[in-house]
Amino acid sequence: MATLTSATPTREMALNPTLLWKRMRRELLSVVLVVVLFIVIIGPMLTVIFWAFAEQWRYPSLVPTKWGLSYWQETLTRADVTAALPLSIGLATIVTFLSAVICLPASYAFARMNFPGRQGFLLSFLATNAFPRFGLYVSIAVVFFRLNLIGTLPGVILIQIVNTLLLMIWIPTAAFQNIDRSLEEAALDVGASRVRVFLQITLPLVLPALSAAILLTFVSTFYEAQGALIIGVPNIQTMPVLMYSIINSQVIVQYGAVISLVLWLPSLLLLTFAQRFVRGNTISAGFGV
Amino acid sequence: MATLELIGLTKKFAANNAAAVHDVNLNVGDGEFLCILGPSGCGKSTTLRMIGGFEEPTAGDVRIDGQSVVELPPNRRPTAMVFQKYTLWPHMRVFDNIAFGMRLHHVPKEHIDRDVKNALQMVGLSGYEQRYPSQLSGGEQQRVALARALVLQPKILLLDEPFSNLDALLRVRLREELHAIQRRIQITAIFVTHDQEEALSLADRIAVMNAGHLEQLDQPSQIYAYPKTLFVADFIGVMNIFNATRTGDSLRVGQYALKGATGVRGDSNLSIAVRPEDFTFGAPTDSHNSTEMWRGVIDQSIDLGHYRKVLVVVPGLFENETTALAHRLKVYMPKSADAKEGDSIALYPTRYLVYTDHTQPIEVRNQALRTSDETRRDDLSSVAVSSDALANSG
Ligand SMILES: Nc1ncnc2c1ncn2[C@@H]1O[C@H](COP(=O)(O)OP(=O)(O)O)[C@@H](O)[C@H]1O
Ligand SMILES: [Mg+2]
Repeated sequence: MATLTSATPTREMALNPTLLWKRMRRELLSVVLVVVLFIVIIGPMLTVIFWAFAEQWRYPSLVPTKWGLSYWQETLTRADVTAALPLSIGLATIVTFLSAVICLPASYAFARMNFPGRQGFLLSFLATNAFPRFGLYVSIAVVFFRLNLIGTLPGVILIQIVNTLLLMIWIPTAAFQNIDRSLEEAALDVGASRVRVFLQITLPLVLPALSAAILLTFVSTFYEAQGALIIGVPNIQTMPVLMYSIINSQVIVQYGAVISLVLWLPSLLLLTFAQRFVRGNTISAGFGV
Repeated sequence: MATLELIGLTKKFAANNAAAVHDVNLNVGDGEFLCILGPSGCGKSTTLRMIGGFEEPTAGDVRIDGQSVVELPPNRRPTAMVFQKYTLWPHMRVFDNIAFGMRLHHVPKEHIDRDVKNALQMVGLSGYEQRYPSQLSGGEQQRVALARALVLQPKILLLDEPFSNLDALLRVRLREELHAIQRRIQITAIFVTHDQEEALSLADRIAVMNAGHLEQLDQPSQIYAYPKTLFVADFIGVMNIFNATRTGDSLRVGQYALKGATGVRGDSNLSIAVRPEDFTFGAPTDSHNSTEMWRGVIDQSIDLGHYRKVLVVVPGLFENETTALAHRLKVYMPKSADAKEGDSIALYPTRYLVYTDHTQPIEVRNQALRTSDETRRDDLSSVAVSSDALANSG
C-alpha cells in the first residue's frame, strides 16, 4: 500500500516540467559535489598512492608507466627514516601519556569544582588555538633557548603538550559534566565508597569520551610538525619534519609519497579502532562545554 | 525494623538567605508510610536528602532506631533511596545494577542470584536480568530502581517523587504496587511528593511542608478535615477562603454575618475556610434573613460524574472582586441537584474553620439556618468526599 501511494506522486512529478527541472537541478548538484570531492580529496590521495608505487611515471600517462616496490625499500631503509619513525611514535606516546596525566585530573576538577576564574581558565586553553601557532612557537622558542631546551627531547615534548591541552581538557571536562550526579549518588547510596563510585560508575561512563580525547591527541601529536621543527632543530627530527625536508630537498617524488603513506597508517589504524570503540556522537558531544 | 526521628532539622544553603528546611521535628514509626507533601521548592527533597546523607544539615539531628546517623556518609547509612531521575547505571545490566550493592557487601554469589531474582519478582520484572537500562521503559526503570533499593533490606526506604516522570495511568499503578509492597514487607518509608492525591492515597501520615517549615503532621483524613494552617487549608483539597472581621462574638464576611462562631479571640481580621461540600443551599425565598443567607447566581454547573461542581457568584462576599474568576464560590452538590447556570441560589456554610494568626483554627458547625427546600439539604449529606474530588482541586 505504502509503496503504491508513494509511487503516484513521483510519476506526476516526472511529468511536471518545473518539478522535473527541480529534480534535475538537485541531481546535478550532487554530481558536481562528487566531482569536487574527487578533485579535492580523492584525487590528491590517489596521486600520492600512485607515486608511492611508481617506478616510472611519464608525462601524458594518467597512471604510472611502470609499477613497483623498489622505492619502498629504498625509503624505509634510509637512516633518517629508520630513526624518525620510532622517535615519532615514542614521542607521541610520551606526549599523550603526560598530557593525560596532567589534563584528566584537571578536567575532573573543572567539571566538578567551582573555583574562582574557572570559566576564564577553561577559555584560556582556547588561546593556544586562537592565535597563529607559529608566532606562539617563536616566542616560546626564545624562552626555551634561554633554558637550553632547544634541540632537546624535553623541549619538543613540552611544546607538543601545549598543543594537546585544548582537546585533553575540553572533551573530558564536558564528559564529566554530562554525567548525572544522581547516578553517582545512587551508587554511594547502596554502599560504594567515593573511590569506588569514581572507578566503577564515573570512569566507565566517561571512558568513551576519554578514549576519543586520547586517540585524537595521539594522532594530532604524531602529525605535529611546526612545534617539533622550531624547537627540535637540529637534533630532533620527527616523521612529519623529515617529510617536509625530504619533499623540499629531494627531486625524487617517491620518497615523499612513501613517507606520506607510512604517516597515514597510524591515523587509519587508530580511527578504525576509535570508530568501533567510541560512539559516533561522543566526539561532537565532547565539544559542548 | 526501624523508626526515624528528625530533631530540629535545618538546612541553609550558602547561596540563599532563607533556610531551605527550617527546624523540622517529626517521628516516623516502625513500618509507617510517611508522605512529605508540599509545593515545589518547599524543601521536601532537601529534607529527604538529609535523611539519606546527601546533604549535611546546618543544625539538628537525624536518628534511626534512636542512633544519630548525621555524621555518617550515605554509603554507611541504613537508608536506600529511589530518585526522581532515572538513576540506573547505563553501563550495567539490570542484574548488575541490583547486585552492585550486595557485591560491595561481599554477599555470597548464590545469595545474590537468589535475592536479585526475588527482588525482580517483587517489582514484577522477572526475566529482565540481562537487559540494559536503555532497553527499559521509564516505569520499568523505576521498578528496577525500587528493587535495587529494597534488595539491601534497608531500615528506611526513601523515595523522592519516584513516579513523577511517568504518565498518569502508570503513576497510579506503580503507586498502588509500591503501597502493596510496603505493606507486605513492612518497611518504614518516606515518600516525597507534590501531588496531594498521591500523598492521600499512600500515606499513613502526611507531613505538609511550606517554605521550609513543617506545617502539619497528621493522618490524611485529619489533614483534610482539620487543616492546621491556612496554607494547608488552601493546599489540600478544594477550599473557599474568605477574609472576615470580628466584633465581639460576631463574624462578618463581606456584607454577610456568620452565625455560630463563639470563642474566637485575638485578631479582628480573620480568615474563614469552607469546603465545597459544606454548604446547604436552595432557591432563595423572602423569609431568609438577608444578612445571613448568602445569595448568588450560578455561574457554572459542571457534571463531574458522581457529583456536581457549581461555581456561584455571590456579590459582596469576597473583599476584592476585581478578578471575578478567582472569586467564585466552589460548591459540590449531588448530581441530582437542580442547579442550572443563571439560576439564583441561596446558600450558607454548615461547617467552617476560623483561622487567626495566633491560635489553632476553630471549627464551627452550624445547622441553625434552613433553606426553603429541606430535601436538598438532606441530599447534600450523601455527597461523599472522594479522593477524586480532592484531586480536582487547584
Ligand atoms: N544545592 C543547592 N544549593 C542552593 N540552594 C538549593 C540547593 N538545593 C536546593 N536548594 C534550594 O532549597 C529550596 C528547597 O529545595 P528542594 O528541597 O529541592 O525543594 P522541593 O524538593 O520541595 O521542590 C529551594 O529554594 C531550592 O532552590
Ligand atoms: Mg524535589
